[in-house]
Amino acid sequence: MLWLASGALATSLLLMTGLVALVAWNGLGYFWQAPVVELELADGSHVLGEVVDRGERELRIRFGNRDLGGADFRWIPTADVRAETQPLDALVLEREEYGRFFGYPVAIRWGETVTADGSDAVFAALPSQLAAKRAERAAQLDPLQAEIRAQNRALEREARERRDTSKVRARYEISAAELAERESRYLEDVLVMRTADGRQQTIPLAHVVRAVRANALGVGGKLALYGSRIGEFLFAEPRESNTEGGIFPAIFGTVLLVLLTSVAVSPLGVLTALYLREYAREGWLVRSVRIAVNSLAGVPSIVFGVFGLGFFVYGVGGTIDALFFADRLPTPTFGTGGLLWASLTLALLTLPVVVVATEEGLAAVPRVVREGSLALGATKIETLWRVVLPAALPGALTGLILAMARAAGEVAPLMIVGMVKLAPSLPLDGDFPFFHLERKFMHLGFHIYDVGFQSPNVEAVRPLVFATALLLILVVLCTNLTAILIRNHLRRKYAGSGV
Amino acid sequence: MQPAWSPDLSRLPEFEKAALRVRGLSLWYGETQALHDVELDVPERKITALIGPSGCGKSTLLRCINRMQDLIDGVRISGEILFHDKNVFAPDVDVFALRRRIGMVFQKSNPFPKTIYENVAYGSRIHGLRKRAQLDEIVEKSLVRAGLFDEVKDRLQESALGLSGGQQQRLCIARAIAVEPEVILLDEPCSALDPIATQKVEELMQELKERYTIVVVTHNMQQAARASDYTAFMYLGRVVEFGETGEIFVKPRVRATEDYIRGRFG
Repeated sequence: MLWLASGALATSLLLMTGLVALVAWNGLGYFWQAPVVELELADGSHVLGEVVDRGERELRIRFGNRDLGGADFRWIPTADVRAETQPLDALVLEREEYGRFFGYPVAIRWGETVTADGSDAVFAALPSQLAAKRAERAAQLDPLQAEIRAQNRALEREARERRDTSKVRARYEISAAELAERESRYLEDVLVMRTADGRQQTIPLAHVVRAVRANALGVGGKLALYGSRIGEFLFAEPRESNTEGGIFPAIFGTVLLVLLTSVAVSPLGVLTALYLREYAREGWLVRSVRIAVNSLAGVPSIVFGVFGLGFFVYGVGGTIDALFFADRLPTPTFGTGGLLWASLTLALLTLPVVVVATEEGLAAVPRVVREGSLALGATKIETLWRVVLPAALPGALTGLILAMARAAGEVAPLMIVGMVKLAPSLPLDGDFPFFHLERKFMHLGFHIYDVGFQSPNVEAVRPLVFATALLLILVVLCTNLTAILIRNHLRRKYAGSGV
Repeated sequence: MQPAWSPDLSRLPEFEKAALRVRGLSLWYGETQALHDVELDVPERKITALIGPSGCGKSTLLRCINRMQDLIDGVRISGEILFHDKNVFAPDVDVFALRRRIGMVFQKSNPFPKTIYENVAYGSRIHGLRKRAQLDEIVEKSLVRAGLFDEVKDRLQESALGLSGGQQQRLCIARAIAVEPEVILLDEPCSALDPIATQKVEELMQELKERYTIVVVTHNMQQAARASDYTAFMYLGRVVEFGETGEIFVKPRVRATEDYIRGRFG
């Protein structure tokens, strides 16, 4: 029996660590810069890229340059490779569009003027010129875009109040034209690149996110690059329909969703448990309520999603729109999926866990302790509030921890109550009233599904899916750790109470 | 000598200053009658012990006095308990105020899962006292009276659950006297304690009777003999005999009393 039990434990531990290790290995490798190789093939052609897989008879190379060819990857029979070199001049560009570019630098042109000619000159000039480009963006484009957004809002407001919009519209159109002009000028400055097979390609400097001279990097340089890429992954907005760039909005959405869900589910769950355990008279009614609550845990989560859509989004949200936002109709404000409705739906979904755990916690508070309070002249509510509930709190928190883990990992119900592939803005920003709970949001779980199975270039993004999964695990771990720390603090405070 | 079952109520002592007068108290748990027409006067500022075999109704009687028995479903009560000439079962009695004036200490020590300080301050807090200085004073005074202050003065802000069993029980007594009750009900307060802790609680009872009326339920014959001024022997839901402790133990008038205190049943 002992062997059986310890064997089972060892197997589960092994499975868990194995899973996390697999996800971590595949995910974290994505940010490491592999050496860039140039292959000379039997037919005389040249390919430049990173070798991803080196098999017995074939090797797989990622050569990027989607704007020139089609796919990012190519299988090459090992027998066809005549020579393999690691050229020092090779430059990897991470771009705003079309993914990575592998090639050799030729020149930099600002408009018609050539500012750097030859690869050495380009390498010397590139960092400062990219910085100059970024400064230009910050100084000229960003403020204008912000202004246009403000004008756009003003326009909407005027239209809503049925006032004359012509003046505002005129100003808006001037700004928009100005922006278009600046943007086209912004893209005129280019980096000229040569591919391994000799074709030339001009790439706007503005589109270069990062230029890496991969084979000239030492270990320190590679580590710095690794850190900078992870930083981008964590804190930047996604690009290229989520297959490049960062996933900050998804992290933000997930964490906010989990927090809002716990804010909604804790009072509801604790009050339900209090009623069931402390007030309701044990009988068929209470028993059936308890069975119903426990059965909720077995309902497929998509059903909760459908309920959330019907009840919260169309029912409650539609009513709110009709009462308070009638002037914006038919554009819905609350009558469409959003963060608020999604977190309330998840609150319902996770309610049974919290109720059951809180009930257990309440049941563990001895009757003599309650009587001690009552015998001092405390009312039932005072006793519950001051003695019983604090003692039952660690139990309730255990329930909340389980609920949070479930909420963070849930995807299906969210797809119909407000989760989107790409949200235009965060639910929390500088615009009054700062919290925009009616907004759509992004979520790590859906991000994994979307990037992994819905993107046009599944091969290229597979490591990204692993990295996102790893991050989701980390987010769950962090929220749980916080809750566990709070619970341990409470337990220490009431040390030895046996609950 | 009287026959075993008939109570001898002809010579029940009457007190000029009785803190509590129980009159014709009967109690039913559903169909089962647990108390039969109990008559008892509890003298003021004395220790009255309730003894008797298990299930004789001593704890039930005790818990009627501060109306803790109300908590149990299906309990029916007739008769009255007079406290300051007012029936505690009268519908206009404020139960919470009553329990403040009639404190209770339980068989199993039951400190709240809070600090030592908060345990003692609890009763004052729920009765609306907020001022820190006053609370400090009450906590210190109660702990001193319960003989616990010197042992815990350096760890008032630590959990009460870290105290030993005997200390926990004295903490519960301190908690009870912190709200300045007139009567303290002790329900087998020493049954879970070792002899030394028991001795401390008994000494404490002697000190407390200077200020409070004490009713103590006990299984321990020696304790009743040692520590109480008056003793009531209960059997099958009736008070069979009641008198000065010396008298009851030296020359009981009822056969059942004698059999019980001589240890022939119990």
